[in-house]
Amino acid sequence: MTDQEILAGLAEIVDEIAGVPADEVTPEKNFVDDLDIDSLSMVEIAVAAQDKFGVEIPDEQLKDLKTVQDVVNYVSKNS
Amino acid sequence: MNGARVLAFGGYQPDKVVTNDDLAKIVDTSDEWIRSRVGIESRRVAADDETVADMAEAAGAKALAASGLSPSSIDLVIVATCSPEVPLPNAAATVAHRLGLVAPGAYDLNAACAGFCYALGAASDAVRAGSARNVLVIGSEKMTSWIDWTDRSTCIIFADGAGAAVVGPSAKGEPGGIGPVVWGSAGDQAHKITVTSRTGAIRQDGQAVFRWATTALHPVALEACARAGVTPADISAFIPHQANLRIIEAIARRLGIPRDRVADDIVHAGNTSSASIPLALSRMAEQGRLQPGTPALLLGFGAGLSYAAQVITVP
Repeated sequence: MTDQEILAGLAEIVDEIAGVPADEVTPEKNFVDDLDIDSLSMVEIAVAAQDKFGVEIPDEQLKDLKTVQDVVNYVSKNS
Repeated sequence: MNGARVLAFGGYQPDKVVTNDDLAKIVDTSDEWIRSRVGIESRRVAADDETVADMAEAAGAKALAASGLSPSSIDLVIVATCSPEVPLPNAAATVAHRLGLVAPGAYDLNAACAGFCYALGAASDAVRAGSARNVLVIGSEKMTSWIDWTDRSTCIIFADGAGAAVVGPSAKGEPGGIGPVVWGSAGDQAHKITVTSRTGAIRQDGQAVFRWATTALHPVALEACARAGVTPADISAFIPHQANLRIIEAIARRLGIPRDRVADDIVHAGNTSSASIPLALSRMAEQGRLQPGTPALLLGFGAGLSYAAQVITVP
């Protein structure tokens, strides 16, 4: 899966769970500061990402994934 | 074997209302933050001298009156609680005596927030096996006695109250009205919700519990439906433990149960642990949101970690 495909899939998830339009989910965005996503929504996003990409994102890891690019990199590296 | 069914419900809440704004005066939080994270607008807090047994008695009296049964026909009282003031005596025997019951079997049960579903399962089994004619099942909690009012991750969630149900035999020729309980535990995650000493406070790893609750529990609910011979589409009311509105909504979404069929008592009751399901049931009954004769799905889950679900026929 290319980074572009992961980004598109992640944007769909963020749209569905947090109601942030997919086209606003761009690599440099910070989940908390830019997209107004809280810690519980991040857990839901991680669970949905696991279903979609087959990559587990544990809670310990989640706190280090601050931007959209961080998640794309993590999924890319671990898939 | 005989069938068992729920005959009636009853609920009790303490008088004192604590709003989010009240909490914002004592801890760094806000009404908006609490609503968005847990969905609670206000909760009830017991008086200093009000006990788990007092609240259990009040809820039990209502359920007993609603059932129309005489006190002498109750053979067993089970109080689900994880917040008794004292280790001894148990609450159940005191409650039985105060309600004028005639020396029934009486025990307390601790399965934390799953306690009511465990107690209901035990009550159903006792009636079906012939160990009791009728059973008074109560969930009663004074969770605020385990609260650290400087811990903003827990003090905004927990509250006090009690709820009760009377379980008795199904009418002759009628099918049972309480489906098999589907229960289980995940002791490997025991450390995620704890009170570690008698003078301690409740601590929880909220994020981890949220992940568990939103991923591990809908299969339990589905199995309870299957064991009762119904599908989620047949469920007229879904009453999950009132832990957090976002957990409730996430589980309901996975089950495909529309929101108007889902209990949202947490908004004004807070998280009352084992009391939350019977309290929500009695409020929904009062509001006319329950349809007699239809299947309702109950799902309890919490510290242990422990969980239980069953389908009941609405009385």
